Amino acid sequence: NLQESESENKLDGETASDSESKSEFGGSPPVPTSDDTPEVLNRALSNLSSRWKNWWVRGILTLAMITFFFIIIYLGPMVLMMIVMCVQIKCFHEIITIGYNVYHSYDLPWFRTLSWVQCHGKKYFLLLRIPSHHLLPFGLSSGFCMFVLSLVKKRYRLQFYMFGWTHVTLLIVVTQSHLIIHNLVEGMIWFIVPISCVICNDIMAYMFGFFFGRTPLIKLSPKKTWEGFIGGFFATVLFGWLLSYVMSGYRCFTCPVEFNNDTNSFTVDCEPSELFQLQEYNIPLVLQSVVGWKTVRMYPFQIHSIALSTFASLIGPFGGFFASGFKRAFKIKDFANTIPGHGGIMDRFDCQYLMATFVNVYIASFIRGPNPSKLIQQFLTLRPDQQLHIFNTLKAHLVDKGMLGGLEDA
Amino acid sequence: ELDLEERLGELDLRSDSDIPDVPPPTDSTPEILKRALSGLSARWKNWWIRGILTLAMISVFFLIIYLGSFMLMLLVLSIQVKCYHEINTIGYRVYHSYDLPWFRSLSWYFLLCVNYFFYGETVADYFATFVQRREQLQFLIRYHRFISFALYLTGFCMFVLSLVKKHYRLQFYMFAWTHVTLLITVTQSHLVIQNLFEGMIWFLVPISSVICNDITAYIFGFFFGRTPLIKLSPKKTWEGFIGGFFSTVVFGFIFSYFLAQHQYFVCPVEYNSETNRFVTECEPSELFQMKKYSVPPLLQALLGWETVNMYPFQMHSIALSTFASLIGPFGGFFASGFKRAFKIKDFADTIPGHGGIMDRFDCQYLMATFVHVYITSFIRGPNPSKLLKQLLVLQPEQQLSVYKTLKSHLLEKGILQPSLRG
Repeated sequence: NLQESESENKLDGETASDSESKSEFGGSPPVPTSDDTPEVLNRALSNLSSRWKNWWVRGILTLAMITFFFIIIYLGPMVLMMIVMCVQIKCFHEIITIGYNVYHSYDLPWFRTLSWVQCHGKKYFLLLRIPSHHLLPFGLSSGFCMFVLSLVKKRYRLQFYMFGWTHVTLLIVVTQSHLIIHNLVEGMIWFIVPISCVICNDIMAYMFGFFFGRTPLIKLSPKKTWEGFIGGFFATVLFGWLLSYVMSGYRCFTCPVEFNNDTNSFTVDCEPSELFQLQEYNIPLVLQSVVGWKTVRMYPFQIHSIALSTFASLIGPFGGFFASGFKRAFKIKDFANTIPGHGGIMDRFDCQYLMATFVNVYIASFIRGPNPSKLIQQFLTLRPDQQLHIFNTLKAHLVDKGMLGGLEDA
Repeated sequence: ELDLEERLGELDLRSDSDIPDVPPPTDSTPEILKRALSGLSARWKNWWIRGILTLAMISVFFLIIYLGSFMLMLLVLSIQVKCYHEINTIGYRVYHSYDLPWFRSLSWYFLLCVNYFFYGETVADYFATFVQRREQLQFLIRYHRFISFALYLTGFCMFVLSLVKKHYRLQFYMFAWTHVTLLITVTQSHLVIQNLFEGMIWFLVPISSVICNDITAYIFGFFFGRTPLIKLSPKKTWEGFIGGFFSTVVFGFIFSYFLAQHQYFVCPVEYNSETNRFVTECEPSELFQMKKYSVPPLLQALLGWETVNMYPFQMHSIALSTFASLIGPFGGFFASGFKRAFKIKDFADTIPGHGGIMDRFDCQYLMATFVHVYITSFIRGPNPSKLLKQLLVLQPEQQLSVYKTLKSHLLEKGILQPSLRG
C-alpha cells in the first residue's frame, strides 16, 4: 500500500538524537507554534522590544488567570467542579494530541472515539457515586473489545502504543481531577490552599532565581537554581501560613460542601471543626526572644498548611521536571499553545498533579475520621451473627479501655 | 555503534515487518520428558508435552486448594510477581533498555510500593485481629496510604533524577511500560485475592470457567471448526467459540452445584487469632441454601420435572460463565495482538510447551475485575471486618455512643438477650 509506506518513510525523520536539532517530524507538520496573542495585545505592545513584549504578555496573562481563579472561587463549588472537569478534558486532549503527533497515528481506525469513550467512562465512574457506576466495567469491556477488534495488521505496535499512552494519560489526568474534587468537597480551603501554594512556589522560585540565581539545580531544567528552590520554599511556607490564617475564619471555605436536596444547590454551612477554631499555642523558648510573645493564637489548620506548603515546594518542582523531561523526550516546546506566552493548560498544571494526590492522601490519613452515623447504617445491613460478633468485639474493646465498667445498664 | 535513541527511533516507527524478531526462547523441556518421548514424531511429542504439563498444572492447582486460602493467596502473589517480571523483560528486550541506569531496581521498587498499598487497602482488614496486638504493624497499616504514597514519590523523584540526556524517550517509555504493567498485574491479583476472601467458590468458579472455556473452545474448534473468528488469531473459529460458550455454562452450573455444598468453599475466609490460622466456618448465606425453583413450562416438557432444587448461586454462575466465554477470549486476542506487535512467540519459556505464566493467565485478567465488580454490586454488603476496624478507630466518646445505639438495636431485634450480671 503506497500510502502506508509513505507514512512509514516520513517517520525516519524522528531518529534524530537529542542533541541534533533536526525538524522533529520529517515531512509532516510540526506542533504548531503560531502566535496566538490576541490582536489587542499585539497592538498595545507594538512599540516595545520583543523581549519585554514577551514579559508583558506573560505578566498580563498571569494576572488574567489569577483573576479568573478568584472569580470562580466566588461563584462557588459547583462552578469550580465544572472548571476542574473542563481542565481535565483539555489536558487529556493535549496529551493525546501529542501522542498522535509522535506516532502519526491520527488516522488509526476508531482510535479517537475509543480514547474519548474510555476517558468519559472512567470519569463517570469516579465522579458519580450512584449505582450507575456499576455499568462502568461493561462500558470499559466493550471499549476493550472494540480495541481488540480494531487491530489492523501492519499497525499492531502503533495501536498498542496508543492504547498504553491513552491509559497512562487517563491514569494521570482523570484520577487526579477526581482527587481534586474529593478535596474540594472536604472544604474549599483544601482546594484553594494547595493550588495556591504550588502557584506561589512557581512564581517565587522564578523571582528568587531571577534576582539571586547562581547554582544550577538539575541538568534537566538549566534555568532552575538552588537559590530559587530554597527561596521559593521559605516564601511558600510563609505564604501558606498567612493564607490559611485568613481563610480559616470563613465558613464558606472551611465547611464540607454538601448538596442540599431541597434547594438543589450546594451549601457550605456547618459548625467549624476543631481544625478551624483558634487555639492558644505556647511559643518555643527559642522563638520567644525573637518574636516577643509567650503564646500565640492560631488555627491548628495552619500547622497542616506547613506540611502542604513544604510538599508543594519540594515535590511540586519534580512534577515540573518530569514534564520538562517529557517535553524533551518527545521534542516539543510546549504541550499546546492555548495560553499565549505560557503554552498549554498542561504546562500550567504539571506541578499540580502530585499535589492533588498528596492532599487527598493527607486528608485520608490524618484528618478525616470515619463517620459514626454511616458506620451505624452499614452495621444495620449486616447479618445478625455478624452484628453480634462486632458488638461483642466493640464491647470487649471498651471494657479494656475502661470506658465500660463491665456493668450492664438496662 | 548506533546511538540508543536512534535505534529506538528506528525500532519505533518502522512498519511491523521491518522489526527484527526477538530471539526465540530456548527449549526448557526437562531431560526426563525428552527421553521418555524420544520415540514419537515431533508433532505427537509436542502434544504429549502440552498434555502432561496441563495435567501437572491442574494437579498443582488442586493441591494448593487443599492446602487452603493462605497458600492460595501466596500463589496468586507469586504469579503476579512472575507476570510482572515477564512483561517487563519483554519491554527491556524490545527497547534494548536492559542497561538503563537504576531502571530495573526502580521497577521492583514500584512493584513493592503498589503491593504494600493494595495490601493495606484490602487484605490487612482480614488480619485486623493479628495486627491489633502488634504496635509497629498497627502503625504501618493505619497510615499505609500515606507511607506507600511517600515511598512511591521517592521512586518518582529518583526516576526524575535518573533521566539521562540521550535516553529521555527510552526512559519515559519504560516508565510508562512499567506503570501499565503494574496496573494490569497488581490490581488484578489483588482483586483475585479479595474475591478469594469472599469465599473460595468466588475464586474457583471463575478461574475454572475460563480454563474450561479455553479447553472446550479448542476441542470444539478441533473437531468442528470451519469459520474463522478473527484475523488476529487464525486458529480460533466460530464453532469453537459457540461450543465453548455452551459447555462452559453447563460446566459452571454443575461445578457450582458441587462446590456450594461445602462450607470450606462457601464461607468467607476469616483469620482466627487464637489458632493463628485461616478458618472458613460460618452459617452459609442464602445464596448457598437449596431453594425450589419452578421450571419454566418450556423446559418442563423436556425434563419432565415441575420444580427443581438448586442453589441461587448457580444462577450467578451462569452470569460468570457467560462473561468468561464471551469476554475472556478477547483477553486472549489482546495478548495475541501484543505478541504480534512486539514480535514475540511467547511471553517467556517458563512452562515447557505452554510458554510463560502470562500465556496461561492472559484470559484471566478481565475475569478477576468482572467478578469483583459483580460481587460488590450484586452480592456483598459491607465488610464486617472493615466496619469493625473503622469502629475501633473512632474517638472513645464516639465509640461509646455507637455502642449504646447498637446495643439498643440488638435488644430490640431480640438478637441480644438482656442478661443479669453481678
